[in-house]
Amino acid sequence: MGGAATKSISKEELWGGGQSPFSVSYGKMMMWYFLVSDALTFGGLLTAYGFVRASSTDAWPIGEQVFRSLPGLEGEYPLIYVALMTFILIVSSVTMVLAVEAGHRNDKNGVVKWLGLTVIGGFFFLGSQAWEWSHFIHGSGGSYILAENVTVTADDGQVFDMNKGDAIYMDHHFGHLAEPWIAGDPLVTLQDSEHGIKLVQNGEHMHEAELHALTINKYIENESHVSGDEAMKLWNARSESFSFGANMHDNEYAVQQSYANFFFFITGFHGFHVFSGVVINIIIFFMAYRGVFERRKHYEMVEKIGLYWHFVDLVWVFVFTFFYLI
Amino acid sequence: MERDDLIVNDSYALNSHHSEEEGAVIRKNVWKVTAILTLLTTVEVIMGVYFKRSETFTWSMIKWTFVILTMVKAAYIVLVFMHLGDERPNLKKVVLAPYMLFISYLLFIAITEGFAHLGNSTLFQ
Repeated sequence: MGGAATKSISKEELWGGGQSPFSVSYGKMMMWYFLVSDALTFGGLLTAYGFVRASSTDAWPIGEQVFRSLPGLEGEYPLIYVALMTFILIVSSVTMVLAVEAGHRNDKNGVVKWLGLTVIGGFFFLGSQAWEWSHFIHGSGGSYILAENVTVTADDGQVFDMNKGDAIYMDHHFGHLAEPWIAGDPLVTLQDSEHGIKLVQNGEHMHEAELHALTINKYIENESHVSGDEAMKLWNARSESFSFGANMHDNEYAVQQSYANFFFFITGFHGFHVFSGVVINIIIFFMAYRGVFERRKHYEMVEKIGLYWHFVDLVWVFVFTFFYLI
Repeated sequence: MERDDLIVNDSYALNSHHSEEEGAVIRKNVWKVTAILTLLTTVEVIMGVYFKRSETFTWSMIKWTFVILTMVKAAYIVLVFMHLGDERPNLKKVVLAPYMLFISYLLFIAITEGFAHLGNSTLFQ
């Protein structure tokens, strides 16, 4: 196949010096060595993730319950967005193979076309990741920690003994006002309503949110909704400790901060690789467009950056499995 | 310094040209692999959404299925997209062997030794 070691050499030639035993150019071999070392870095990160997760005594958030939103839509779509990101990356990997293949035929227009599409795919992936980070950082309503033990009946009739220290989750309407209320914003006040309580924001934008329901075990097993008087029991047992979204010190998804930190580090490190890949792809795109490789009589540069770009896709395949699926 | 990718004569890069017909075969194979990767990802997502995490034997089987599907996808990407499968055996070994060795060692250390103080390994339960 393309880019392969197609030239056959005899044993005498092979060991007689002046020949690469790999039959590849220096640049391509160094790209492979770089990728091996980079893969070790990611392998180390994912191993560390697995180790911390396995040794964690608190429940670890479930991927399909944390990542289930789509931009601009209400409702739940578990893993769909991440699957879409994976698909974008696979497709941009395919356009890259086609660019490399066109390069082997010295087809300048083909290289420019497919490389251009690869760059666009890279931008789509980066944009998707920006949205996902933004969503992860803002959270979906926030949580607070119980100050005392409470026994509640969920909407489906199950009875739960909630312990002091457990997290209780608010919906995003209520959480949106709870955040400034906790921060001490004088415009936001807690008031009684006919069903229980509500938060009211005065000022330029009058806005209010009723406490309709609370969620328990939101990101772990046995997610349940609690409403009415049962929800008020959970609300009245609240402590001062509220979390909204995620940052480097605090997160609403898990008791342990390592969950959010691993998310930021692993997907961030991968995202930075994608970003570098897009920048390099753009440079090579313009070089191909200006005919640099045509004059050089080969398109090996496209092959080398192709290796890097496929590697980025390869890493995402592992991140997808170990961070989101398992 | 002489740059190897600029050498016009006897450059290894120059040996990797192929004809229009060969290109057509390669492109067909690329689309086939694309279909396989998409299918495997779809299967993974459906399994991920459908099966809930639990302490059961079924879940540990599912977990291993995820790992195996991921390995299959990785093999397709490395061997076909990065065309390591068509390189010389020497290069394949130089790239894959050290990686396999170090990662196996790292996993062994993390799983076996990392939980030694607990008296058992919990990662693969």
